[in-house]
Amino acid sequence: MNFASQFLKDARVMAGDLQHRKIIRTALSHYEVARDQRKASFQSWESARQLAAEAKWDALNHLDKYLVEFTAKIEARGTKVHWASTAAQAREIILQIVRDKKAKSVIKSKAMTAEEIHLNDALEHAGLNVVENDLGEFIVQLRHEAPYHIVFPSMHLTRGEISELFQRELGSAPTNDPEELTMIARRALRKKFLTADIGITGANFAIAETGMISITENEGNARLTAALPKTMISLLGIEKILPKMGDLALFLPILATAGAGQPLTCYNTMYGGPRQPGESDGPEEWHVVLLDNHRTELLADAEQRDALHCIRCGACLNVCPIFKNIGGHTYGTTYGGPIGSVITPHLRGLQDWKHLSNASSLCGACTEACPVKINLHHHLLQNRRNAAAQQPTLKERIGFKSFVQLANHPKLWAFAKKFARLTQPLQKLVKGTRLDPGYHWTQTRDLPDVAPETFKDWWRKRK
Amino acid sequence: MTEREKILARVREALKTPAPLPGSHGEIHLPASAKTISTARQWLPKVGESFDEQLALFAKNTAELKADFQLLNSADEARQALLRLRESENWKRAACHSGGLTDAICPPLNLPLLRTDKPYNVHELETCDVGISECDALVAQTGSVLVTNRSAGGRALSVLPPHHVVLARREQLVADLPAAFELLQQKYVANYPSMISFITGPSRTGDIERILVLGAHGPKKLTIFCL
Amino acid sequence: MTVTLFIPCFMDALFPRAGICMVEILERLGHKVVCPEEIVCCGQPPFNSGYWDEARAVAAKVLQQLQNAEVIVIGSGSCGAMLNNFYPELFKDTPQSELAKQISARTWEFSEFLVKKLGVTDLGATFPHKVTFHDGCHGLRELGVKKSPRELLGHVRGLQLVEMAEVETCCGFGGTFATKLPMISTAMGDLKCANAIETGADYIVSNDSSCLMHLQGLLSRQGSKLKTIHLAEVLNQQ
Repeated sequence: MNFASQFLKDARVMAGDLQHRKIIRTALSHYEVARDQRKASFQSWESARQLAAEAKWDALNHLDKYLVEFTAKIEARGTKVHWASTAAQAREIILQIVRDKKAKSVIKSKAMTAEEIHLNDALEHAGLNVVENDLGEFIVQLRHEAPYHIVFPSMHLTRGEISELFQRELGSAPTNDPEELTMIARRALRKKFLTADIGITGANFAIAETGMISITENEGNARLTAALPKTMISLLGIEKILPKMGDLALFLPILATAGAGQPLTCYNTMYGGPRQPGESDGPEEWHVVLLDNHRTELLADAEQRDALHCIRCGACLNVCPIFKNIGGHTYGTTYGGPIGSVITPHLRGLQDWKHLSNASSLCGACTEACPVKINLHHHLLQNRRNAAAQQPTLKERIGFKSFVQLANHPKLWAFAKKFARLTQPLQKLVKGTRLDPGYHWTQTRDLPDVAPETFKDWWRKRK
Repeated sequence: MTEREKILARVREALKTPAPLPGSHGEIHLPASAKTISTARQWLPKVGESFDEQLALFAKNTAELKADFQLLNSADEARQALLRLRESENWKRAACHSGGLTDAICPPLNLPLLRTDKPYNVHELETCDVGISECDALVAQTGSVLVTNRSAGGRALSVLPPHHVVLARREQLVADLPAAFELLQQKYVANYPSMISFITGPSRTGDIERILVLGAHGPKKLTIFCL
Repeated sequence: MTVTLFIPCFMDALFPRAGICMVEILERLGHKVVCPEEIVCCGQPPFNSGYWDEARAVAAKVLQQLQNAEVIVIGSGSCGAMLNNFYPELFKDTPQSELAKQISARTWEFSEFLVKKLGVTDLGATFPHKVTFHDGCHGLRELGVKKSPRELLGHVRGLQLVEMAEVETCCGFGGTFATKLPMISTAMGDLKCANAIETGADYIVSNDSSCLMHLQGLLSRQGSKLKTIHLAEVLNQQ
């Protein structure tokens, strides 16, 4: 089964899953209230967005300059920088570090880029014990599931399901209390933090001016991952660049507001090197892996280049009526929601993934929500155009060519209306069945009647 | 060609076609940035000009974050407040680093004190009930504590023990995030600590049904003494 | 002035009453109304599906028919968005690029035309019912239409306007989306209908009859008493 058919199959199931819909609506309702309060607290949210969009435009449209600056500054203090053109190269780089260190255990803080390259599978295949230490990621890892949402990985689960999971996998006592469940996870992960050989992180931003990465989190798991193990590896896409450290004064609150409805998340930390002379703790070695994996192709598409401005806040997912209906797993790929629908064709192939761009009513709520003003819903239209130009389907080609005839010949149009009106009683006989040509509509909805006197009839009669 | 050269070559090739500036209706401009930090101030949440307004805002924010903020008038008051905490929290071991405030305020605790500003054993740190540190700044706009591994006893002290106590001076209060970054630039330019962190409340998670729980992996309790 | 009224294809065939009301309203306000008979459709169906050559073939005819229009008014947010926002995109780097931009600049959505161009908010209408207004997404987000319909409804005698919850959330029509992903379209529509029913309104009013077609289809199937009506029909009730 190809990705598009699988998507339709899963979407059909999820569209009818009222329990799932209820869970997601409840989860997001808290976020929505908080997000709106936080936006209102800005002196001008719209101006802040514009400023952020411009900063990212500067970053991506001078990416070579900033990548060079970032690398020079971060290498100057002992960090080893690796460049990976492909996912396979990135995996191999990280595996090589692991082998060199003769590591047995890895702790990992949240990194969607690592999901993207399927890093955990590769590490586990090589015999390593890999533990996710962000609570939501830890939960979905135990369930052998992909993260449901780029910011809230376990949003789709109830406390009951999490309790059952912990009972099964950790041998803990059943409980309905979120605090107790969190403490169970905290205790289970504590020893791993203290004994892991390698800590792997992602990064939210890469600062060119000072040669630092910035990590945004609430739990403190990334801070521990960057403090305790002897070797630290950070994986990030090349698009994470920001020109100046001071840009964070804008981006940290914007990310927290749009992503979580918070003024700032609990820990926002900049890392500029491994343990420096005179410092008492921190990794002895720090490796930063810069990943391309088709980002340069997206960069070359000037029309859609701004999709690389994405700060992975998840705001577009949170407002998307399709996302809220079908859920994160239905997308079947690392990045879901509107941003995922825009970039996945670039990351994984247009023809294989164009169906995500079609699964949208183009309402534009995503574009409105995006804190860096990515023109998301227009990019979905552009993906559709590019897909049709590259590989038009015969059915649609014929269909739309006929449509052109109809639209450009009012007499044909008039005939078509009369024909529809005459055959409508027949259509009503088979309404909602497979024989009905309007089945996809009439399965769940009534069709309006073709007007006995159309507007054009009325207009002509007047004259 | 190394991967670095290949990737940079692809980037340069890609950028030969210009992309329109956002919000510009398709026009293409030359770089606009470099002013973000000072311009951002006008759009971020407003902060009062006076010290009193800023202090009140910091107090309000920390209360919402469920951090314990105490305004104290002397090192002596701080020592007593710390002793009260020792009693109420039943501390048996503490960790801290050497510094102007910590040296003055920690010893009277009369607890075994692990020093983390020299290499230490992390398993010992794990047995400590509290980590006491100084900081670089308090940020009124967000209720944040700005620490670095140089000013706050390393990377782990302020995040591993279940209670983090911050010793700060009133002069360390800054208005907003832009001011905090300006402070970092002035204080550390050309030799930044390898870890700089904004701590905004005790550790938390919402990963279980979006319900707020404190103390996910980092400290469940954050206390800020401001002298 | 001479107003060229663009009646969308589905309005012509399925909801002519709304178009007729627009003509009557504009004439009552003293303007001459012209409806080019050669125009059938704005070209959005092929455009949305990615078949931009075919969309251009339809849109080129529209441009030709409208080139001498003093001002163009469209009774639909989605067609309005097509002409205002997407025609310049569609004809970029073609000989019709300038013409597309000019026509786009002269095109108004119906409620915006009344309120912002003509400065009219009171049409002397009476409609003694409780209604709730649905913001079609194209009108709302592409054209920024939000206040104008509400100002107009605010002057209708006897009318009580109640806002529904999640009023800016898409109803699920989305053009070809409605038949390509009917299960999601229906689920979104069900949610919108439930919010509308909860207001206790007798009518859902909108400036986009394509949204209303979808919602009415669901409401009728549910056997609901809630009805749908185009803004122009309400404003024409004397």
